[in-house]
Amino acid sequence: MIAEIGQLALILAFMLGLVQSVAPLLGAHRGDSVLMSLGRSSALLQTVFVALAFAALATAYVTMDFSVELVAKHSHTTQPLPYRFSASWGSHEGSMLLWVLILALHGGAIAFFGRSLRETLQARVLAVQGMLSAAFIGFSLFTSNPFSRLSPVPLDGTELNPLLQDPGLVMHPPLLYLGYVGFSVAFSFAVAALIEGRVDAAWARWVRPWVLSAWISLTIGIALGSWWAYYELGWGGWWFWDPVENASLMPWLVGTALLHSAMVLEKRGALISWTILLAILTFSLSMIGTFLVRSGVLTSVHAFAVDPERGFYILVFILIATGAALALYAWRAPAMRSGALFSPISREAGITLNNLFLLAATATVFLGTFYPVFIDVLNGEKISVGPPYYAITFIPLFVPLLVLVGFGPMLTWKRDTARAVLRRLRWPIAVTAVVAGAGLLVFGLAKVGAALAIALGVWLIAAAFMLLARRWGLGRKGAETGRLIRTTPLAFWAVAVAHAGLGVGTIGVAAMSAWTDSEVATMVPGQTIEFAGHRITMDALGPATGPNYQAEQARFRVEERGQPFLMVSEKRFYPSSQTQTTEAGIRREVMGNLYISVGESATPGAATVRLWWHPLVEWIWGGAMIMAFGGVLSLSDRRLRLAMPTRKPVPVEAAG
Amino acid sequence: MRRLAFILPVVLFLMVAAALGLGLRRDPSILPSMLIDRSIPTFDLPGVVPGDTLGLASSDFTGKPVLLNVFASWCVACVIEHPMLLRLQAQGVTIHGLDWKDEPAAGAEWLAQRGNPYTLIGSDPRGRTGIDFGVTGAPETFVIDGSGRVRYRHVGPITPEVWAETLQPMLARLETET
Repeated sequence: MIAEIGQLALILAFMLGLVQSVAPLLGAHRGDSVLMSLGRSSALLQTVFVALAFAALATAYVTMDFSVELVAKHSHTTQPLPYRFSASWGSHEGSMLLWVLILALHGGAIAFFGRSLRETLQARVLAVQGMLSAAFIGFSLFTSNPFSRLSPVPLDGTELNPLLQDPGLVMHPPLLYLGYVGFSVAFSFAVAALIEGRVDAAWARWVRPWVLSAWISLTIGIALGSWWAYYELGWGGWWFWDPVENASLMPWLVGTALLHSAMVLEKRGALISWTILLAILTFSLSMIGTFLVRSGVLTSVHAFAVDPERGFYILVFILIATGAALALYAWRAPAMRSGALFSPISREAGITLNNLFLLAATATVFLGTFYPVFIDVLNGEKISVGPPYYAITFIPLFVPLLVLVGFGPMLTWKRDTARAVLRRLRWPIAVTAVVAGAGLLVFGLAKVGAALAIALGVWLIAAAFMLLARRWGLGRKGAETGRLIRTTPLAFWAVAVAHAGLGVGTIGVAAMSAWTDSEVATMVPGQTIEFAGHRITMDALGPATGPNYQAEQARFRVEERGQPFLMVSEKRFYPSSQTQTTEAGIRREVMGNLYISVGESATPGAATVRLWWHPLVEWIWGGAMIMAFGGVLSLSDRRLRLAMPTRKPVPVEAAG
Repeated sequence: MRRLAFILPVVLFLMVAAALGLGLRRDPSILPSMLIDRSIPTFDLPGVVPGDTLGLASSDFTGKPVLLNVFASWCVACVIEHPMLLRLQAQGVTIHGLDWKDEPAAGAEWLAQRGNPYTLIGSDPRGRTGIDFGVTGAPETFVIDGSGRVRYRHVGPITPEVWAETLQPMLARLETET
């Protein structure tokens, strides 16, 4: 019964989506308020019905209704409750429903919070959002119905892939989708603006919170995914340049560019058509990510059950959505004039340069990801692109970008001089030079890259701190520092925090690539070895049992500078899916992680133990979280708050 | 001229979409091999595991049909495939390994940690032998018959379906041939 309710709700939501894509568009064209309000109410109702459908699927999962085919495929009576729930989005069909749910929630939010928007703009945004909704719900209904029944009903299901039964992966897809789908709002706003032929600061002020919230979710989502890969895949890598990872990185890079160019548009009224193009590209890349995972054009670890028919549907959809948006752009955007001019050295110019670097970096990732497909299509050859490609293309583009990030917020709007900026940044430059020099002295020429990369991270943090120091009047005679600290707007903090987070992450990546240490040993219980400043004793080795797995468990007693602690490392076997996973023992500390994983051994009673020392690795995800926190600060700045009326002009302020 | 800059995105996009559309009609995991029904290339590689003096050479492929599995310690999909290989080994299937474009020490550690499903392993750090085989990525698996001829090539991880539907019947057939 519950599955049928869900099915019906989804069909109703689909029809509401169709109404929503036509009525408000027509209403805005004719100036008909009634039709426009129809758009709002169908967006709200649609949210309700999609939520109902999702609740129905989740209920079927939690109550283990194996008559629903999807549940039978990804759940098992021994599967713990949290994973039965998260299995709702562990399959292609279920994750599509989650995607649709988040899309509907965004549509509902525009209808609910967007009352202060110009009515025609809101109507057109909702219409575009309705088209996206209808298409994705249609995709769900026609090619991947989550509610199909199974007959005869099996006694038990086949469980969710054990690799996915993990707290990190419970939250990873929803956050990633919040990011991907969140960018749909920017897309809809861009298309609506192109239809209206009008973009102003109010438009940018409206779009920016949406872009920001999507960006925050995507940042955390990517960090979680990388964190999961680190501890679950069992050898301590944190980024693999897998096509699906790339698919999430590309919208993040372009989204970051969009975030900055929307700021220029909001504050200075410049970069109008550029911002619109970025908004279209960001969401298009999000959709291409979806296409990648589900179509089977590329082989990847993440691949869901691939099905060319589904891939075809999504491709046709991308073709229509992005193609139409870009065609509209080619037609309407030339008429939109950017009013404000700026000199080659100014905040605007800095952000433009940052955008170009981000876009170029995205292009290299795009090329690396799709090159195998393109070559295959051109001459039937099969090739693969690996990490070395990204090392020589992506990194040289990203390093100058990071150098620029330090300068950007120090530039004044409109016009600045190189001499003045260098003067403002003399302290961070000095600190960076000292760190780089010391690094070269201590680590020598062998680690010159790492020393410079760490200096680069320090540069970002120092420049971010300098931003605050100048604002607080530190070192300036007679400055009321206390008052200045209190009055520092959150948006200002946000810039400093986010950029410093980037620096923290850079240092983590540098340390991790230069000083990772590892050792392999065969150990028996009672044996002790010394590794990277730790005394590691194997206490016990034996079988252990979990709710739905059996494990070979090794317990270790570790001493670090006289401080003892315990570590457990497991190799799990899930009988119902005949799968093995490694659960490495990880001791997380600020200065680095001790990582122990156990393997099989030829000698009975012994285990092959793999030890890793991962210096500063937590800084990578810490940096990402700090960046996301910077985003949250910016989002909570009252000038950006959603419900704020948007008519008031915002005073332009220069940093420092 | 200015107008052209605005048209460029849509043109570029249509080209990409066309390529993806064509790509969709191809299954990346079905790759014909140039070597099908031909003798394997000649090679003689050192081993990866310390103390392994055997290594892997083309002369090792005589007698009975075997699988040659291309793997690497940097390969994510190999991790997914690995338990399956261990299970096949337990069932008595002979699998030789080619540690492709990988530091031998890294390959050895990877195997020490996860278990070694291979009878013989050859280390191919520069990917030279991989080129002769036409390897495009890891994991990849070749079915080689008792007289040293390549009979089939599978790209991507060996899943239970691939094993049951393709590789197992093929090996069984080759067993009876020799």
